[in-house]
Amino acid sequence: MEVTRAMPVPDYEVVIGLEVHAQLLTRSKIFCGCSTAFGAAPNAHVCPVCLALPGALPVLNRQVVELAVRTGLALGCVVQPRSVFARKNYFYPDLPKGYQISQYEAPICLGGEVAFDLDGAARRVRLTRIHMEEDAGKNLHEVAVDGGSGVDLNRAGVPLVEIVSEPDLRSAEEAVEYLKALRAVLVWLEVNDGNLEEGSFRCDANVSVRRRGAARYGTRVEIKNMNSFRFLRQAIDFEVRRQVEVVDGGGEIVQETRLFDPDRGETRSMRSKEEAQDYRYFPEPDLPPVLVDEPLLARARAALPELPRPRAARYQRDLGLSPYDAGLLVGDRALADYFDRALAAAGGGPERAKKVANWIIGELSRLMNETGRGPADWKVTPAALAEVVRLVEAGAVSGAGAKQVVEALFREGGDPGAVIALRGLAQLSDAGAIEAAVDRVLAASPAEVERHRSGKKDLTGFFVGQVMKALGAAGNPGVVRALLQKKLGGG
Amino acid sequence: MSDALTHLSLGEASERLADRSVSARELAEACLARVAGTDDRVGAFLRVTAERALAQADAADRRAAARDRRGPLDGVPIALKDLFLTRGVETTAGSRMLEGFVPPYDATVVERLEAAGAVSLGKLNLDEFAMGSSNEQSAYKPCRNPWDLARTPGGSSGGSAAALAARQCFGTLGTDTGGSIRLPASFCGVVGLKPTYGRVSRHGVVAFASSLDQVGPLGRTVRDVALLLGAIAGRDPRDMTSSARPVDDYLAGLEGGVAGLRIGVPREWFAGGVEPGVEREVRGALARLERGGAALVEISLPHTRYGIGAYYLIATAEASSNLARYDGVRYGLRAREPRGLAEMYAESRRRGLGAEPKRRIMLGTFALSAGYHDAYYTRAQQVRTLIRRDFDAAFERCDVVAGPVSPGPAFRLGERSSDPLQMYLADVFTITCNLAALPGLSVPAGLAGGLPVGLQLVGRPFDEATLLRAARALEREVGPLPAPPLPAGAA
Repeated sequence: MEVTRAMPVPDYEVVIGLEVHAQLLTRSKIFCGCSTAFGAAPNAHVCPVCLALPGALPVLNRQVVELAVRTGLALGCVVQPRSVFARKNYFYPDLPKGYQISQYEAPICLGGEVAFDLDGAARRVRLTRIHMEEDAGKNLHEVAVDGGSGVDLNRAGVPLVEIVSEPDLRSAEEAVEYLKALRAVLVWLEVNDGNLEEGSFRCDANVSVRRRGAARYGTRVEIKNMNSFRFLRQAIDFEVRRQVEVVDGGGEIVQETRLFDPDRGETRSMRSKEEAQDYRYFPEPDLPPVLVDEPLLARARAALPELPRPRAARYQRDLGLSPYDAGLLVGDRALADYFDRALAAAGGGPERAKKVANWIIGELSRLMNETGRGPADWKVTPAALAEVVRLVEAGAVSGAGAKQVVEALFREGGDPGAVIALRGLAQLSDAGAIEAAVDRVLAASPAEVERHRSGKKDLTGFFVGQVMKALGAAGNPGVVRALLQKKLGGG
Repeated sequence: MSDALTHLSLGEASERLADRSVSARELAEACLARVAGTDDRVGAFLRVTAERALAQADAADRRAAARDRRGPLDGVPIALKDLFLTRGVETTAGSRMLEGFVPPYDATVVERLEAAGAVSLGKLNLDEFAMGSSNEQSAYKPCRNPWDLARTPGGSSGGSAAALAARQCFGTLGTDTGGSIRLPASFCGVVGLKPTYGRVSRHGVVAFASSLDQVGPLGRTVRDVALLLGAIAGRDPRDMTSSARPVDDYLAGLEGGVAGLRIGVPREWFAGGVEPGVEREVRGALARLERGGAALVEISLPHTRYGIGAYYLIATAEASSNLARYDGVRYGLRAREPRGLAEMYAESRRRGLGAEPKRRIMLGTFALSAGYHDAYYTRAQQVRTLIRRDFDAAFERCDVVAGPVSPGPAFRLGERSSDPLQMYLADVFTITCNLAALPGLSVPAGLAGGLPVGLQLVGRPFDEATLLRAARALEREVGPLPAPPLPAGAA
């Protein structure tokens, strides 16, 4: 049976394509040397190019090309040896030149795909293209200047890639999973920070419906202003319901652009096709064609990191990690890189992989959530974690002791051996010292000893805990248990 | 005595500065006096920056006294078309739109001339945004031809040519999009060079048509033009269309003559429509070059007749986009008390822009519009390729192409201003050189009916040196034209 989950009316098929605008993580803008930093005072990061003063000319930031190429390679696109910037002409106060420099007929990447899982099945959504362009500024109506509105051009000229999918998506849920997967890849590649709220990763959706089995697509509607995964889902669901109602009622879908209203969970008409702008694209004469030669491609390929999905697959295949653990590790490139380094330091292999992964997914993730410090800021080095794993294996510290060691290393750093010595966490196997502790615990708990001996309840575990506590977690639990059983005279 | 100084060539003035028989201040004062005595009739200057010029001259004199002259331009008074941005000095592009606009930065060519020690007397008249062939489109005042004050100096760099003919300065810079240096040079009897596209930086030059605009020098002698070109040419990292090709030494081979030089004479440039006096002088000049050892080769540039059509589509298309930044938002003229954004745009542009820019914006917008784009803009680009191939084929058989600059000599003010098409036809022989991105030069060939006639020479890409050498050979025969009958202070 076909899964129709978000489908309001099973007679219809939903067709969705997404256009994603992702800000590239460069320090300077795409066509000038101004900073791309977010949050500065209005118009703090502007120059004659940003302000479109007469005579100002764009100079392409080569790093933008490198990041776009990296993105294209990671997504399996065909990187074009020659691509061309074009002017998209329209008037708006936040667009200082009266045109946006973008790419039109000859984008830097064609084809490609985004892979993700949906309901446990692998999905691949085709990409149409990726092109480079500049961001616009921002109109400020809330800070009136002399009774008028202001324009902040800090964002004007910030580099973007627009990633356009084929209309391969068939539900809101699938669109969300696609977007999450794409975002994960871009963040993993360190080309984008993945921030939907600040608008450095944003998406428009083209949505249409058609009767199941129809050969032609329905008329599409473009939806804008969805700055979270939840809003994307809401907007598409609303739009699909709206379109199905129109078609069911014998009406026709009007090609238009609609704005999502997050307060009401609805889309509202913004402009119709008739009002749509004629952008009068033509090749940007101020910029030569962008040439991507073989050395640049080779450099980009060499710098391409192993991507999350292949990496998770490798963790399962070669290291025997569970899909769940592998998925957690590749959820964050820094975490996965930390895992790889710690495992290498520990000597590698599936047995140690499981132990290293457990530390990262367990104790270190807990501490990361508690402190908000990412792997880059951890004071416990991968080599130190590997040393802890080896010390536990050698019986030099107990599991409980090791937890204390790792927490101490996480907070203060240092050498595991030194932490163990300083905190007295060396595991005691010396029967004399342990026996003394056992005697003290039993003497201090006559009631529990009585209950245990009476056979009413097996309190061995309780006594082990008490002894370990008395030993500051330094006792070898095996030795403790054996001694207790001897003294309590039980089996 | 001091007025006699103004009749020196730039090269002569430079030599006098070098042997210290004249000071930069004396030269500057002589020029300023000449401007004061003649410009109420000529109208070459939109702005005279006397104080600034004298300060620069004094600085040059101090360097000369310290035996620290920067080179041949140090202390030489020049002037700039008001299309070049000059930091701290109003720059209008001949438009009301930019009245009062004081740029915060210098054009690269301005920087380079100042670094060479040149003394700038002020800003020269032009057709608004360099759009015109008569200088009558200046929003401020017409410029007149010093040879006949009832006639235009040609355009758009009318002020740049007229100022030289009127002996107001020793060298000027202009820009040439479709003949805007060569036509006024021809009409005013001076030498003007449009370099190869990319030879000189466009950074800081108010853009008209970016793929055609090129900055170039004008002078009273070929040597003066060679000196100025050497100072401004070369790669500029702020203009990505500027060429990294090394700059030739334009003086080195200047006196080499034309023996063995193959001069191509295009059939189509004499195929009727050329006034007899112009044809006589041009053919006379070719005969002189032939006597000097050059070989005349008849060639064909079959696509010449499509040039005007292609040019007025490409140039207007780019202009419609380049002029979009004059929107009243950030600088320049803004409509007072507009009711809403649309009215602010419309009113600011209606008031700020003159008839010719408006006409070209409309033409260009139309050419780029959906449904017409392929028939006009795309087709014009194809014609451009054919025109370039014409020249490539011609340069298999000759080293330079020679012919008239324009079908007629300077026309009367008002004669063509009511008929834009007639005006556009003045550019029929000059625009193909811009479309093909080739260097072109106008050098005086003689006088027809008391009016100067220029010989146009077009060269291979970046072969300005050969053009200058051939022009110099003709100049040796014809001599620079005498000063036009324009007594100083006779007003």
